[in-house]
Amino acid sequence: MKRRHRLLLFAFGAVGIAFVYCAGALNMPAWGQYRGPYGDAIARLAVYQRHATDTVNAVTYDYRGFDTLGEEFILFSAVTGVMLLLRPEKQRAGEKKNQEGGNPASFRDRAALSETVQVFTTAIFGFSLMFGIYMATHGQLTPGGGFQGGVLLAAAPMLLYIAENTEAFQRIVSHPLVEFFEGAGAAGYALIGIAALTMGAAFLTNVIPLGMTGDVFSSGTIAAISACVGVEVAAGFTLIVYGYLREILSRAAREGQ
Amino acid sequence: MTVILGVALLALIAASALGVVRTDDVTCQTISLSFYGLLLALMFFLFRAPDVALAQITVGAIALPLMVMLAITRMKHHKEATGRARKEQQ
Amino acid sequence: MTLPADYPYFIAAWILLCGLYGIVRSRHLVHMVISLTVVQSSTYVLLLAIGFRQGGYAPVFAGLHTGVKVVDPIVQALMLTDVVVETTVVALLLAMVVKAHEKSGTTSPDDLRFLRG
Repeated sequence: MKRRHRLLLFAFGAVGIAFVYCAGALNMPAWGQYRGPYGDAIARLAVYQRHATDTVNAVTYDYRGFDTLGEEFILFSAVTGVMLLLRPEKQRAGEKKNQEGGNPASFRDRAALSETVQVFTTAIFGFSLMFGIYMATHGQLTPGGGFQGGVLLAAAPMLLYIAENTEAFQRIVSHPLVEFFEGAGAAGYALIGIAALTMGAAFLTNVIPLGMTGDVFSSGTIAAISACVGVEVAAGFTLIVYGYLREILSRAAREGQ
Repeated sequence: MTVILGVALLALIAASALGVVRTDDVTCQTISLSFYGLLLALMFFLFRAPDVALAQITVGAIALPLMVMLAITRMKHHKEATGRARKEQQ
Repeated sequence: MTLPADYPYFIAAWILLCGLYGIVRSRHLVHMVISLTVVQSSTYVLLLAIGFRQGGYAPVFAGLHTGVKVVDPIVQALMLTDVVVETTVVALLLAMVVKAHEKSGTTSPDDLRFLRG
């Protein structure tokens, strides 16, 4: 009954939101008739000013670089929060004995894994790493960039987990260097900004030589920041995966003995 | 042609947004969510936003379903562990 | 049949309301988090609709002259930020869901009594 009341209340609210929204949307510029001056200005200037052919990444990592720095630290603190929430709790002595004495139940459903899946996920592992690195380093030229490449890099170890190569997966995911890279990626971004200060320019000014348009090492700080973000995102997502799976993995290891 | 594709895609997105929230079983919902994410990526691609399309593919097809499945696995694992501990105490 | 000229704006509103409906009728905390991602995806459609330009090219000038008409790169950069933040928010919320389940033993938002007061 309470549920029905809640839905009824929501229906009233939804009608209100829809009404106000539609009234607002009818006064918007018509679909497909963009009128803002800034998009045109950036599109005309970015290639000459920054030697980057992908203007979206030029905006993200250069013109709006300070904002993206904040966004990277959102990611950083979210990863910290996940690791803090999912930290292993101290087990009481009695509980621990119970768990160790318990009959080993499977930690994942033991359906027979097909050999096709096993072979293909292992084969794709290398390609996934390669593609992730490619995407993180070519963000200034073609669509892509640090974030997309970083997620692809973080997805590569999961392929090993799917292929039931749990030892290799655990060795990669629980490596202490992962935490180091997460911090190093975030710090690298800030340090690139501070480097501009030491040269007498404003924070996050593009001070690295711009290079030739269309070259991998062009566009100055955009490429460098994109690579830093790639490292941070890859390490951050790997840490999140480890945070979720840590308890399960340790129990699987206990039962395997 | 692009107009027809755009209308069809937006209609599909509207329908599958309702589909995602109407799916009650969370494991099934993960699959419908990743389908919805791929539709969004197609829409970005069609409306000339290739950067966002790539981000949406990596997030919608990899990161979100992965995290949801991990959370579900962990909750299931915790339930099994506590259930077994309780059984042994009795 | 003619569509209203601004139909993408209304699709965004529809997706927003769908997501809110999912949050209201949710019986599982993970379901609630997924509905929240649906709510957030409505902003993508809205931003895409604002930045789109009829007959414009993608704002990537690899093999494209710099004079041509392109769609707005600034709102696309905003959408990129939006996608990233959505992922981090979901990661944090799911960790909270896992923790709430471990502390209270329930996954239903209606039964989370211990959060009160």
